[in-house]
Amino acid sequence: MRVETSRLLIDSPGERQIVRFPWWILIAAPLVALLFQVYVPVIFRFLNFLEIPLLLAIYFPLMWRRAIPGTLYGCAVGLFQDTLSHHPIGMFGVAKTLVGYFAASVGMRFDVDHWMVRFFLVFFFFPFHRVFYWILSNSVLNIPLELDPSRMLISAVLNAVVSVFLFNILDRCRESV
Amino acid sequence: METLLTRYRGLLVLVTVLAIQLVMLGLQVRNQSEVRLLRVWAVSAVTPFATILEGIRTGVGGTIASYVDLRGARAENDGLQKQITELRRQNDFLRAELETAQRSDALLEFRQRILSRTVAARIIGTNAAPASRVVFIDRGSSDGLVAGMAVISANGVVGRVLDVYRTTSQVMLLTDPSFAMGVVSQKGRVVGTLKGLGQRRVAVDYVENHLTVEKGEWFYSSGDDRVFPRGLPVGPVAAVAEGGGFQDILVEPAGMAQGLDEVLVVLEAVHQSVPEIKAPEPTLLVPPRDEDDDRSAEVSMFETSSPQPLDEPGAVPGAAADGAAAGAAVPAVRRPPATDADRLLERYRRIGEGQGHVFGTGLPGSTPPDFNRTPSPRRAAPADGAPGGATSPAPAPAAVSGTPAPTPASASSPATPVSSPPEQP
Repeated sequence: MRVETSRLLIDSPGERQIVRFPWWILIAAPLVALLFQVYVPVIFRFLNFLEIPLLLAIYFPLMWRRAIPGTLYGCAVGLFQDTLSHHPIGMFGVAKTLVGYFAASVGMRFDVDHWMVRFFLVFFFFPFHRVFYWILSNSVLNIPLELDPSRMLISAVLNAVVSVFLFNILDRCRESV
Repeated sequence: METLLTRYRGLLVLVTVLAIQLVMLGLQVRNQSEVRLLRVWAVSAVTPFATILEGIRTGVGGTIASYVDLRGARAENDGLQKQITELRRQNDFLRAELETAQRSDALLEFRQRILSRTVAARIIGTNAAPASRVVFIDRGSSDGLVAGMAVISANGVVGRVLDVYRTTSQVMLLTDPSFAMGVVSQKGRVVGTLKGLGQRRVAVDYVENHLTVEKGEWFYSSGDDRVFPRGLPVGPVAAVAEGGGFQDILVEPAGMAQGLDEVLVVLEAVHQSVPEIKAPEPTLLVPPRDEDDDRSAEVSMFETSSPQPLDEPGAVPGAAADGAAAGAAVPAVRRPPATDADRLLERYRRIGEGQGHVFGTGLPGSTPPDFNRTPSPRRAAPADGAPGGATSPAPAPAAVSGTPAPTPASASSPATPVSSPPEQP
């Protein structure tokens, strides 16, 4: 039992690995993610379920394990996504700010290199982000969005699966410290 | 306090960021405004890449589609090539069938046109010997064929029956070196003997050098050989030259000019005449007309009432003169004079009528009509009751018509006037 938990949780802050990424990755990744979000579903409609910006807003704070950079990065990605939407700027920003903050907080406790941790974290943060966006939309914009739980869960699973592979790819971009 | 801020620094940052965004959201919602500059930046940052991606996608997709189309086109091309080959084969077959049908129709028409009784036959094989010009037909003794019968096609003579079997017969073509038949030329009725040469053309022998045979002239069967009825076309003369004693004449066999498929075997030969060559119609050169003369001639023409024609196209002038001479006995309907001779003839006739002279009558030495008087139109005759009507002093005919006045003897035979011409006022 101990072996199982030691693989998912970090016992002490000393076990935290300091992770850094090249600056251009931090800029290019959201750009590519948004490009993907904007362009690819036009051609392949079945990829509409993917939320690559959210995955980035989870991955980088998770790997940094620091709340402030995670919060700001999530905020930046969210606002960037907002600029390409037709809603007021700040909807995705608020949601992804929260995701970034909590992802960075969770990263302090879990072994974020484990694929299962990543899977479940994405599986958790996807509905979290979707629900928070839904709340904001209904409360602030007074736009009643449809929230289909089953569809949301399926999308969460699919995004979690994709995140496992995507995070592995992003892991290769890490700078060794 | 400082420790507290340090400890909850992340949370403070979160709250601050959230607060800013919420305030911004609230402002946007309340003012119904948007942060356009940010959107412009974002769109400017993303859309060029999207354009590039779309270009790449279109290019790659187009290339792949072109490749797929090319593969499809190649397969389609192969299929179309096969289809073309098949259609060409069908076209050749149908064309051959059509030609066969046309030949059959021509043969049937020819068969109905000729007098001889014939039976149609089809060429079913050739002789094994390469030099010989012998074919097999699908008619034999059961169809009434006997050796020596003539074999013809719609275009002319083909050959004669050499051997007869029950259902087939052997036919010697006229190009065979041992073939011979009597022929006659169409134009000069020059008689000769046609002989095969083993080549495409045949020769006509025994035509003496002084006889005229022209190139292109047709030879017909003469009927002298008692095999081919007279009047069957053999072919046109392809070449003719004087030889030692006899002319060297080569004839292009017309019977085999369009290939041999169906032929007619003459069961009962009936001679026909060799068609005559039509004489070319004479060319009538119309000189320029004298309007005054034409007008008076037309008046005269419409006053005549006889239905008998005087001058037909191509009639010789002498005949017209004869008709004019006999005009008193047999009045004729006259056409407008077309030539100066016609106009002159018409003038003399009116002069004769005006002076009561009938051409062709009178004894030799009798007084001829005065051809120097101007002929009066016949329209005036009923008015004053005179047969010739009123006449005016006559200018010379040559001055009117522009042609020299012929002597009376040259205009007609000497005639004696029946009544004296009326005196001019």
